[in-house]
Amino acid sequence: MQVVVCVKQIPDPSGTYTLDPETHFLVRPDEQVLDDTDRYGVEMGLQIAQAHGGSVTLVSMGPKGSMQGIRQALAMGADRAVVVDDADLKGSDALTTAQVLAAAIQRTGFDLVITGTESTDGYSGVVPQMLAELLDVPALTYATEVEARDGKVTINRQTSAGYDVVEASLPAVVSVTAGVVEPRYPTFKGIMDAKKKEVEELTASDLGVDTSLRQRVTAVEPAPEREAGVKIEDDGEAHLKVVELLQQKKVI
Amino acid sequence: MTADISLTPPDPKDFLDTDSLFDEEERLLRDTVRDFVRKEILPNIADWWEQGVFPVELAKTMGDMGLLGMHLEGYGCAGTSGTAYGLACLELEAGDSGIRSFVSVQGSLAMFPIWKFGSEEQKQEWLPRMAAGEVIGCFGLTEPDSGSDPASMRTHARRDGSDWIINGSKMWITNGNLAQVAIIWARTDEGINGFIVPTDTPGFEAHEIKHKASLRASVTSELSLDDVRVPDAYRLPGVSSMRGPLSCLNEARYGIAWGVVGAARACFEAALDYSLERQQFGKPIGSFQLTQRKLVEMMIAVNRGMLVAHHLGRRKDAGTLTPHQISFGKMDNTRNALEVARTARGILGGNGITLEYPVFRHMANLETVYTYEGTNEIHTLIMGQALTGIEAFS
Repeated sequence: MQVVVCVKQIPDPSGTYTLDPETHFLVRPDEQVLDDTDRYGVEMGLQIAQAHGGSVTLVSMGPKGSMQGIRQALAMGADRAVVVDDADLKGSDALTTAQVLAAAIQRTGFDLVITGTESTDGYSGVVPQMLAELLDVPALTYATEVEARDGKVTINRQTSAGYDVVEASLPAVVSVTAGVVEPRYPTFKGIMDAKKKEVEELTASDLGVDTSLRQRVTAVEPAPEREAGVKIEDDGEAHLKVVELLQQKKVI
Repeated sequence: MTADISLTPPDPKDFLDTDSLFDEEERLLRDTVRDFVRKEILPNIADWWEQGVFPVELAKTMGDMGLLGMHLEGYGCAGTSGTAYGLACLELEAGDSGIRSFVSVQGSLAMFPIWKFGSEEQKQEWLPRMAAGEVIGCFGLTEPDSGSDPASMRTHARRDGSDWIINGSKMWITNGNLAQVAIIWARTDEGINGFIVPTDTPGFEAHEIKHKASLRASVTSELSLDDVRVPDAYRLPGVSSMRGPLSCLNEARYGIAWGVVGAARACFEAALDYSLERQQFGKPIGSFQLTQRKLVEMMIAVNRGMLVAHHLGRRKDAGTLTPHQISFGKMDNTRNALEVARTARGILGGNGITLEYPVFRHMANLETVYTYEGTNEIHTLIMGQALTGIEAFS
C-alpha cells in the first residue's frame, strides 16, 4: 500500500509568531518544526504501511528552510519526502495549496492520502476536502479511528454526538484528528538515517500549478481581550442571582 | 579585516547561542529528548518525586527511542556520538536528575561493561534486551564501608569448580530494586572482577533505601549477596582490575558533566520567568539590581557549563578526552549547578520551596549528584594529582 502523508513545517509554537506588517503573512524562520498535529497522520501512515506492507511518502508545501520539520517526520520512519518550495507560492490560499499538494501526490502515486484536520499556523481546515475533490477520490474526514485493508478504508468520523462509521474504497483521502493514534518519538537510529533519505524538491512550475494569488489578507486584528466575568458575593441570597442570570441568558 | 559585530541582542535563554555549536542531527536528537521530557516527565515529576517512585513504565519508551546505551555500537544500540549522548543527558536532567540517573546507570554502568569487557555470548544475551528497556540493569561497586576508596571493597568471589560463589554487600545502588541484572564487582584471586548476576539468583537480595530527601524519583538500594553462585560464563572476561569499574565511571561522569547543565538551565529559566512576573514595590523583582546580579551569575554559569560540556563532548568523539578532563567537567559543572539552584530558590522566595516549581527538587537532587560518581573532593584530587604528579589520596 502506497501511503502519502501531507505534513507542514511551521514556526515553533513555543516561540512568538510575527506577521509581516505589509503583507500580513506569517514570518517564517529558517528553522521550522513539524506541525504537532501532523505527527498523528505520520504515525497512522506508518502503522498502516507496517501492517500491510508498503511505503510512506511525505508531501509538503512551503519554504523548506533547514528541513528540520521534514527530518523529524522522516526520523519517525517515513521512507521519503517530496517538498514543494516556490517563492511564488508565498501567501497562497487553501485552494492553491490543495492544487499543489494534489499535483505532487498524483505524480508520486498513492493508495491512501492521510492529512491532519487543519494546520496549527493557518487553521483553514479545508485542504483535505479540496484535495480529495482534486484527486477525484472520496474524502473521509475527522477520523478518530482508521482501518485500511482489502482495498477499503473504514473510519470512525467524529461528530458532536459521537461518531459515524464511514467506509470507502481506496484510493481515498483521510483526515485524522489529534489522538487517532499515539505518535511515536523519532528514534535515534531514525534521526541518523533521516539525512540519508531521499527528499525530492519541486517548484510550482514543475507541477504546472497556477500560482497567481486569488485571495488577499486585507487586515489583521488582534483577538479581543476576554471581558471580565460577573462576581457575586454570597450573602446567603447568591443562588437567586445566579438563577436570575441563567434565566436572562435563557439557559434555564 | 574582521566582520562587524552584530547588534542583535542575544536570546536570554541561550545567551551565547550555544545552539550553533551543534549540527542539525544533534539538534534534532536533542529536541526529541526535550519533547519526551516535556510530554512524559514534566507533567508528572513533582508527584513521582513526592511519592518517591521512579516511572519504570517509561523504560520501554526510552528503549524504543534509543536512549538506553545510545552511544554504544551494535547489539540493538543506537550508536550515536558521545556529544549526542551528552545532549540527551542534559535534556533528561533538565527534567530530573533521577531520570537521567536511570539512563546513565543503564547505559554507562550496566550496559557499557558488558559491551566493553563481555564475551560475544554475553553481549548477544543481554545488550539487545537492555537497549530495548526490557531488562533493567544496575551496577554494584560502592559498599557500606567502601565509597571514595573502591579498591578497599570487601565483596569477594571464590571459585567453586566451574562456578563462582559471591559474598558481600553493595550500597547506594541506583535501580537496585528495579533491576533484572546486576553488574557486581568483587575481589578475586585474579584481582577485581565483574560478574553479570541475574537478580533472581538465590542469595541475591535488594533492599530499597527509604527516607531519601534527594533524588526521590529514582530507586536506590542496598544489595546483599549471600553465597550467590554463578557459572564462570557470567564473569566478564575482558578485565581483572579496578580499570574495569573505573572505565564505567568515566562514561557516567562524562554524562553527568552534561546533565547538571540541564538542571541548572531549568532552575535559571524558572528564576528568570519568575523575576519578570513577580511584582514587589510596584514592579517586577527582575527590576532590582540585586536580582539582576543573580540572574546574570546564573546565566553565566549555565552557558559556561555548556561550553565545557560541549568541549568535552568533541574531545570524547575525537578520542582525546582524559579522565582528568572528565573530572574537570563533573566537578565544576556540578558545583556550579548547585549554586545556580540555590540562587534560583532564593529568587522564588516561598514559592521556591514548593514542588510547583522545579528549583527545590533540582537543588535537592544536585546534593546527591555533588557526591555520587566521585565526590567534589575526589575529583579535585584527581586534578590535583594531574597538576603536581603527586597523589594526595593514598
